[in-house]
Amino acid sequence: MSADAPLLVVKDLAVSFRSDEGLVRAVGGVSFSVEQREIVGVVGESGSGKSQTLLAIMGLIDSPNAIVSGSIRFMGQELIGLKRRALDAIRGRQIAMIFQDPMSALTPVHTIGNQIGEQVRAHEKVSAKAVRARAVQLLDAVGIANPDRVIDSYPHQLSGGMRQRAVIAMALSCNPALLVADEPTTALDVTVQAQILELIGRLRDQFGSAVILVTHDLGVVAEVADRVLVMYGGRFVEEGGKSSVFRAPLHPYTWGLFGSIPPMEGPRPARLAAIPGIPPSLSNLPKGCAFSPRCAFRHDACLVQLPIMQGESHRAACLLPEPTRRQFAAQRPGGVVEMQR
Amino acid sequence: MVAALGFRLGQMVLVMFGISVVAFLIFFATPGADPSARIAGRNASQETLIQVRHDFGLDRPLPVQYGLMMNRLFVSRDLTSFVNRGQRVIPTVISAIPVTLSLVGGAAVLWVLGGLIVGVIAGATRGTFIDRALMILSLVGVSIPVFWLGEVANLLTQSRWHDSWLFSWVPPLGYIPLTENPWGWFKALVIPWFTLATLYVGLYGRVLRASLIEMMQEDFIRTARAKGIGERRVVLHHGLRTSLVAFVTMFGLDFGALVGGGALLTEVVFGLQGVGKLTYEALQTLDLPMILATVIYAAFFVVMANFVVDVVFVFIDPRARDVG
Repeated sequence: MSADAPLLVVKDLAVSFRSDEGLVRAVGGVSFSVEQREIVGVVGESGSGKSQTLLAIMGLIDSPNAIVSGSIRFMGQELIGLKRRALDAIRGRQIAMIFQDPMSALTPVHTIGNQIGEQVRAHEKVSAKAVRARAVQLLDAVGIANPDRVIDSYPHQLSGGMRQRAVIAMALSCNPALLVADEPTTALDVTVQAQILELIGRLRDQFGSAVILVTHDLGVVAEVADRVLVMYGGRFVEEGGKSSVFRAPLHPYTWGLFGSIPPMEGPRPARLAAIPGIPPSLSNLPKGCAFSPRCAFRHDACLVQLPIMQGESHRAACLLPEPTRRQFAAQRPGGVVEMQR
Repeated sequence: MVAALGFRLGQMVLVMFGISVVAFLIFFATPGADPSARIAGRNASQETLIQVRHDFGLDRPLPVQYGLMMNRLFVSRDLTSFVNRGQRVIPTVISAIPVTLSLVGGAAVLWVLGGLIVGVIAGATRGTFIDRALMILSLVGVSIPVFWLGEVANLLTQSRWHDSWLFSWVPPLGYIPLTENPWGWFKALVIPWFTLATLYVGLYGRVLRASLIEMMQEDFIRTARAKGIGERRVVLHHGLRTSLVAFVTMFGLDFGALVGGGALLTEVVFGLQGVGKLTYEALQTLDLPMILATVIYAAFFVVMANFVVDVVFVFIDPRARDVG
């Protein structure tokens, strides 16, 4: 594998669940790649399939009713259909995950040190003493003030922010090449949120990890991501470099997302623009563009034809011609969203 | 921690006191249960009855009677049976304890092991043929009455097939003290153990399976899988470990109740002179001092078991440590 080959290449990944209402397609064929040391932000509403995409990468979709298809290649190795033993050699070591809810992500009956150590010992032959030293060092690295004490604490003795740091320390314990984070800051308050994001940003510099950061919070993406993927109804609708997407979003859904953020400057709008309607039910997706029922720019073709991602580095899946969209984008209320940094 | 312990001990004493009062009132102050009539025997004259009442202190006010009874039970320990004159109650109960402890202890080992194996295998193979077969088997185990199972076991091992190679080793019914003959003790008890454990293996297997399946849905199981630690470790170290809370609670209560005399059906069927059989016989003859002694003894073990469960809880669930 050459040094500049992408770390992770996902092709046509689809995740469906058999249910009473028929096949529910949570992820409908997504393709993307993650370069080494890159931080990719995946944005979307609840139920847009972003969490399922991450779980599929981790091989954590274990429902007997789930059907996962497509290809996930990590460092050239196919992950879909991999045997449990081979998968266990990769996850935790090469790919690690940070979960959304720090309150329930740790086993309540084991100490923090025990849980971090378990992961280290699963992948490396090291002495108990070395494991402990490593765990203290990791806890210190994620900004826990008194790691010597916290290592012997049980999850319930720590605050939410501390637990999330412990979860992050655990994820980092084997220096993973890829870190996948599922809404790592959603359950935390804003100050802690900022610290955790700063921490994730620092990871790349210190540990050289690539990060996939899933969130519904555009502010979080603005803070740390290099590249943005916008997900809707189980598919990507827009993809591009952060500055490009934030300056000139190309998809009506992304416009809607930006419209829901209050502007930093200028007069405060009386009401924030909301996207009308509700996210589509995954068991009953519209035939054409999934966003068409809520889209202000809908035309006849949108109802029958599935848009595909088009463009060079900044791509979007919309049936409107790109020049038209650029025109609309320029007239959007609020105009260009200023980046927070 | 010390304060909590003291509080629990005080609570225990209070519960014991309450139980002894209730037991005393039920057996000594219930109309128609006049103990003097039983002691004096059939067709006793009025004078004899009065004499007996006076001798046993039964003409004194109830609180005094209670006090006297407790004094003879716990302090002077010379309370004697109303039925078998001269048989002291306390030594009789004490001599029955090793029998009951041997029976229940051995059965407990079997049912904990059996329950763990059934529960973990069924929980881990949820929805498969193995799971269903185990659950049907355990349902059968729960449904079989213990006295029936015991009688069938006796029928096969003591009579029908006793002369075959299969069961010729089975000793006659009864208890052989561990200190006298350990191998004989084991042989005499192994069939009662299995008989008593059958119900609990089924019960514990089902409860553990349900609790394990519930735990395996938790977020921390996903975290554990994401660590790449192998499914066996995920199930045992994370799923089972957190499921044990319900298991241990149940075990403490059942064990306490059985040691307290709840194994009486098994004891009666297998002719084991344990506390349960003692209670059973005392109830048949309405031997009030014996009943009182066994009831208080039973209450002691149930309360004790509760206490032990609380202590063990602190070890298996760290969350219980920080709550007063």
